[in-house]
Amino acid sequence: MTYTSFLADYGSRFVDGALVTAIQFLCSLGLAVLVANLFGLMMLSSNPVLRRAAVGYVEFFRGTSLLVQLFWLFYVLPLFGITLDNFLTGFLAVGLNLGAYGAELVRGAIQSVPRGQWEASYALSMSAAQRMRRIIIPQAFVTMLPAWGNLVIELLKSTALVALIAVPDLMFEARQLNNTTYLSTWTFGTALVIYYVFSRFLITPCMRWTERIMARRIGRA
Amino acid sequence: MQWDFAFTAEILPKMLWATGNTLLAAGMGYAIAAVIGLLFALAQRTPLRILTYITREIVEFIRSTPLVLQIFFVYYVGPEYGLYLSPWVAGMIAIGLHYAAYISEVYRGGIESVPKGQWEACIAINLTTMQTYRRIVLPQALPPSIAGMGNYLISIFKDTPILSVIGVAELMQAANAVGGQNYRYLEPYTMVGVIFLVISLTAARAIRWFEATVRRKLGMQ
Repeated sequence: MTYTSFLADYGSRFVDGALVTAIQFLCSLGLAVLVANLFGLMMLSSNPVLRRAAVGYVEFFRGTSLLVQLFWLFYVLPLFGITLDNFLTGFLAVGLNLGAYGAELVRGAIQSVPRGQWEASYALSMSAAQRMRRIIIPQAFVTMLPAWGNLVIELLKSTALVALIAVPDLMFEARQLNNTTYLSTWTFGTALVIYYVFSRFLITPCMRWTERIMARRIGRA
Repeated sequence: MQWDFAFTAEILPKMLWATGNTLLAAGMGYAIAAVIGLLFALAQRTPLRILTYITREIVEFIRSTPLVLQIFFVYYVGPEYGLYLSPWVAGMIAIGLHYAAYISEVYRGGIESVPKGQWEACIAINLTTMQTYRRIVLPQALPPSIAGMGNYLISIFKDTPILSVIGVAELMQAANAVGGQNYRYLEPYTMVGVIFLVISLTAARAIRWFEATVRRKLGMQ
């Protein structure tokens, strides 16, 4: 069997898997961004209860391993009567976990906005919401984008773990094919290359492009 | 679902023993990563352009593909070429290589931070390249790198549960086994979570203290 006939026979499986991976990636990215902003802002809140809750969340999700969280959601939660779909469990675990890492980035970026900017918006008597929306967040956003670039790649890589709770993503398909064909080098090798293409030729250029656009929009380019 | 304390006490010795294996896996993986990472970093500094280029690509490839897939790749591809690896060996190679790619960047930063005058002085007193690295550059580059490498130890620790996919007898694998035998997943998986949380929070404290000490000793701020 040659590699081309292998691809002709099983290529569609890789495409199906890659699609599921892409959808998993987008869903968990959306959730992670939401969680990161919510908890990142909560960590900066003047309300100590909110602040502590956010710190607790971040420490908890960064301190326990993603795989442990995934298995807990999948195997333990049903025991309490909450049964979630595999797909939903997958991106929930990945999104909540990576969101905790993202929250730290959001917090750091907002804190790095120079004091003068805060003071200037007080001087213009902007409301808290206006200050955040028009002055602080746009600058913080540009500051944290490069770090998010790395985090987004980590997120893509993390989605491979959802194969272990039987979400039919790229990793899952590769494993299935390996079990039926025993062509380990080709199956796992192809999957590795697809992940590489995703992160190197899709995600990285997208992030770079966003960085450039945003830097230009706030006049830093 | 009720928490069963008798069952918890019964499986505790098994879980603690497996925790030892997890720590061992993390330590060994880290040691391998630290050595190979240095090789990756040095290979990118040779006058041979092609070697620099190839190493760069390898590092990029490893960093942008999922660890779980790499573990499968190393474990299953060996036998196709007559190389049978035990789960432990395959797992250590995969984790070691994966994190070597990350750690090489830390070393690279350390080496690049050695002032240009030091290199010029080595040329002036006619040291060979070997002598330059061994006696002048690395002793100055490695200690500052150590101050930035602690987080990777915790990352490796949190990635060790992935080794359970090829059957390394670490904590996650023990929890799977115990859960499967007794049809009780609540206690084992929750215990894994708690053990991970305790160890990683403690380790994070210890590492922050260690890095601060190293920085102070080296006169970095």
